[in-house]
Amino acid sequence: MGSNMAEQHPVGFQWVLEAKERGAKFIHVDPRFTRTSAMADLHVPIRAGTDIAFLGGIVNYILEHDAWFEDYVRHYTNAPVIIKREFHDTEDQGSYADVPPDLRPAGLFSGWNPDDLAYNVDTWGYAGTSVELGAGKSEQQADVSGEQAHGAHGMELEHGEPPELDNTMRDHHCVLQLVRRHFARYTPEVVAGICGCSPDHLIAVAQALCENSGRERTSAIAYSVGWTHHTISVQNIRAASIVQLLLGNIGRPGGGLLALRGHANIQGSTDIPTLYNILPGYIPMPHPVSHPTLDHFVELNGPSTGAWGNLKSYMVSLMKAWWGEAATPENDFCFDHLPCINGDHSHYAMMMRALDGGLKGMFCVGQNPTVGSANTKLMRLALAKVDWLVIRDFQPTETATFWKDSPEHDSGEVRTEDIQTEVFFLPCAAHTEKDGCFTNTQRLLQWHEQACEPKDDCRSDLHWVYYLGKAIREKLRGSEDPADRAILELTWDYPVKGAHREPDAEAVLREINGTGPDGNLLASYEELKDDGSTTCGSWIHCGIYGDGVNKPARKRPRSEQNWIAQEWGWSWPKDVRILYNRASADPAGRPWSERKRYVWWDPDQGQWASLGDSPDFPGDKSPDFVPDSDAKALEAISGDKPFILHPDGRAWMYAPSGIVDGPLPTHYEPQESPFKNVLYRQQKNPTRQLFSRPENPYNPSGSDPGADVFPFVLSTYRLTEHHTAGGMSRSVPYLAELAPEMFCEVSPALAQERGLTHGDWATIVTARAAIEARVLVTQRIKPLTVHGRTTHLVGVPFHWGGVGIVTGDSGNELLSVALDNNAHIAEYKVATCDIRPGRRPRGRGRLELVEEYRRRAGIAS
Amino acid sequence: MAVPQRLPPVVRQLASDRLGLARAAQTKRSRQLKARIVDADRVVQSICPYCAVGCGQRVYVKDERVIQIEGDPDSPVSRGRLCPKGAASEALVNSPKRESRVKYRRAGSSDWEYISLEQATDMIAERFIKSRRESWEQEDDEGHPLHRTLGIHFLGGATLDSEENYLIKKFFCAAGALSIENQARI
Ligand code: SF4
Repeated sequence: MGSNMAEQHPVGFQWVLEAKERGAKFIHVDPRFTRTSAMADLHVPIRAGTDIAFLGGIVNYILEHDAWFEDYVRHYTNAPVIIKREFHDTEDQGSYADVPPDLRPAGLFSGWNPDDLAYNVDTWGYAGTSVELGAGKSEQQADVSGEQAHGAHGMELEHGEPPELDNTMRDHHCVLQLVRRHFARYTPEVVAGICGCSPDHLIAVAQALCENSGRERTSAIAYSVGWTHHTISVQNIRAASIVQLLLGNIGRPGGGLLALRGHANIQGSTDIPTLYNILPGYIPMPHPVSHPTLDHFVELNGPSTGAWGNLKSYMVSLMKAWWGEAATPENDFCFDHLPCINGDHSHYAMMMRALDGGLKGMFCVGQNPTVGSANTKLMRLALAKVDWLVIRDFQPTETATFWKDSPEHDSGEVRTEDIQTEVFFLPCAAHTEKDGCFTNTQRLLQWHEQACEPKDDCRSDLHWVYYLGKAIREKLRGSEDPADRAILELTWDYPVKGAHREPDAEAVLREINGTGPDGNLLASYEELKDDGSTTCGSWIHCGIYGDGVNKPARKRPRSEQNWIAQEWGWSWPKDVRILYNRASADPAGRPWSERKRYVWWDPDQGQWASLGDSPDFPGDKSPDFVPDSDAKALEAISGDKPFILHPDGRAWMYAPSGIVDGPLPTHYEPQESPFKNVLYRQQKNPTRQLFSRPENPYNPSGSDPGADVFPFVLSTYRLTEHHTAGGMSRSVPYLAELAPEMFCEVSPALAQERGLTHGDWATIVTARAAIEARVLVTQRIKPLTVHGRTTHLVGVPFHWGGVGIVTGDSGNELLSVALDNNAHIAEYKVATCDIRPGRRPRGRGRLELVEEYRRRAGIAS
Repeated sequence: MAVPQRLPPVVRQLASDRLGLARAAQTKRSRQLKARIVDADRVVQSICPYCAVGCGQRVYVKDERVIQIEGDPDSPVSRGRLCPKGAASEALVNSPKRESRVKYRRAGSSDWEYISLEQATDMIAERFIKSRRESWEQEDDEGHPLHRTLGIHFLGGATLDSEENYLIKKFFCAAGALSIENQARI
């Protein structure tokens, strides 16, 4: 679901086809019929943005038909846990008193505060935990989310046990019953009405999943940005995880909830983040108020039970890796050197800041926001307010040349000489011109070896940041300013090699791995200490260079090992290939079935054994291990609880902490939708993040006046032949030739309704922009019947822009910035639009067309 | 059985190449053609730079230049296969559009000019320091520590190596330039 795997992950898709050849059933649920659907046993088209309704329908089916995997659910999930009795679900009336009476429930959880547009999460916790502890520890604030949201890593529990449990799972307040009631109205008929599919389709999918799950069988769900690009992105994935937990499909071979990620190292750049809100290994960035000292930071971010119970060791080892000798117990290991976050400092928030004149400098490294980000005009207007801009790429991108050729130049809105931004273009090295690791979508780090030197000024990003850092340190040398100490005390000396004096990537990898007191390379994060005697750049990667071996560079041919292929590359943590794989055995440590044997307890050896994977569990902890009452960290997790990152070792169907928009997924309509929410009075995700300003107008939606000006659903997507914003594909002759021109996909019915001709031009309009595209009239796009009304989809790939071998209008011009507040990710996958035949007007006419639409829709200019 | 090449093609085909797809279809020229990679000086193992499937690649180098990139049959991930993007990555590396020189656009100027890499690094370092100083926030209104600048924004990382991301995170954090972001958010 939410993925077009055949076209976006083509070579990975071979495994789906191979499974199919071996008898697996393959189902594709997605708004469009794609090459993925073409290979599926069943394709179910649903309206973009209604995945939670569909998944909720599956949860409902599983519970109604008693098809859940009881032993797995009871022992490995939080289904038996009693939640605070004060908690009110979205199904309960009366939590939103201001809304006029209506038959639909309000659709809000307890704790909603309309003034802050945020929840007070006090009532969401496990019963018997104190308010502070139950809600997680750091106070939720409207402007702090992601890893900093009220205890993303869990709450404080004594000896790793929830205080109140009902193992019969019948208590009115236990998680299983809450889940049951929450989804009770997501019946096949209701779901079909929302999604535009038939009730039989939903039943067929649910049945297939149930039949193929249990002791003997497992089912996998794969998803991609079709789920994450929404104002309900995190909850889409949560909904699927509830399905998979009920069916016992996590931590077992052939199971899982698999994120198919888009770029060579997008997984790696999340694990070792170029992200503002986390440190390497998903450690939160400090908050100025809640975390004045290291001890406060640790206390408020790491529950004392589970793998996060050793947060202090991970954190101290990280700071020792960064500040070396300067980091001492007396100065909190340089905790004060870390910058603090107290709000959303993510990409979109920063671009708004730029628009307001608050951003001075910007780096774009292998990224092209004037094509790739939502509302690209806003991006360009923002860049024009920045003092200096550095672009590193293969060739100047649209972002690098925004000052001389943009749609706003054409419409006369901007003039080159007025744009005061200084721009530096620095050519990059290709992957063949440097050593390093990419992390694939399965957390597998694979080394790519340098084949030759980059020419002229082309350099790796390692080279670039290392020498930029050196230059800055050199200029600051001798500075007495306390603000400069963190830079000057940084460990910033790496061995160099080759003609360009390239820093040695292996030396960096060794720093990431970490060392013990005598400088030896560590083998596992379990060896990290909180006294400053160990270093480690990323705790989850500890062991990647264990025994002095560059493990991602291991390339033992597949023909010489079994299917797990553990001697090819390395995956975090501890080279575990299937996460939480202790769940592949029953509570007593025996395989659930012979067919699904993977990791099991070997009583003779007193060890976990496996088919060739590393057990994701302390190797000698027996299944009947019961922790002492004062046990901490991993010691506090019982032998039959596989989910060791959680303080209770259980997987969370119900998320008592960490999520800003509710402990259970709930169907809300997208920011822009032609339909009203039939399940709740709350139309859209109440915590979604909006930027209401003239540069970012939203189309009216649902039953708002003017919504009919933009009657169609718009969705953006990618093609096999291109790569995101085109910087690595529109400049490649073969790829440019394979997919030369921007187009849009519409159904024959919509083509007829709007007079669109296959192969001719169409203009697509939203409150943000008007773009043109060639029309592809195709049966692949099916009109759907939603709440008895026909709805049409306009499909738009987003790869094109103004520079490259092939050029065209960019799909992201059309989108607004409306974000999920957990992840600050934009709703690229659904908006509303109008479509009309013919090319868009040139010059000022383009702007006037958009303004005319805005007027008609009642949007103030 | 080797059939003499001087016999007419139809005889050759009937004798040893029923489908006419092998030797019978060859001319003298095509017989002498060699795969591009035969002359390679060396081959190194690599990983496709596009999507996160992480297909294995073999990179063929001749005279210190990449001449061909093929799928790595040893890879348990991809078993030697590449999709159109991965298969075109030689043309990415050797793209006619690729720029190998540093360019600089002055404020208000309508054109690029060329500067040296050293000069660019120096100029960027100057600007980084100046912008950082001008937008430095030591503490918030109530005296809580911030140690940061929100005047500098970094975007990128999903196409970079983990080691590169690590050094970027490390340096920018130490500089208080905390707003580093990448495609994972986008
Ligand atoms: S070859 Fe294609 S499928 Fe494989 S990693 Fe590259 S882009 Fe992805």
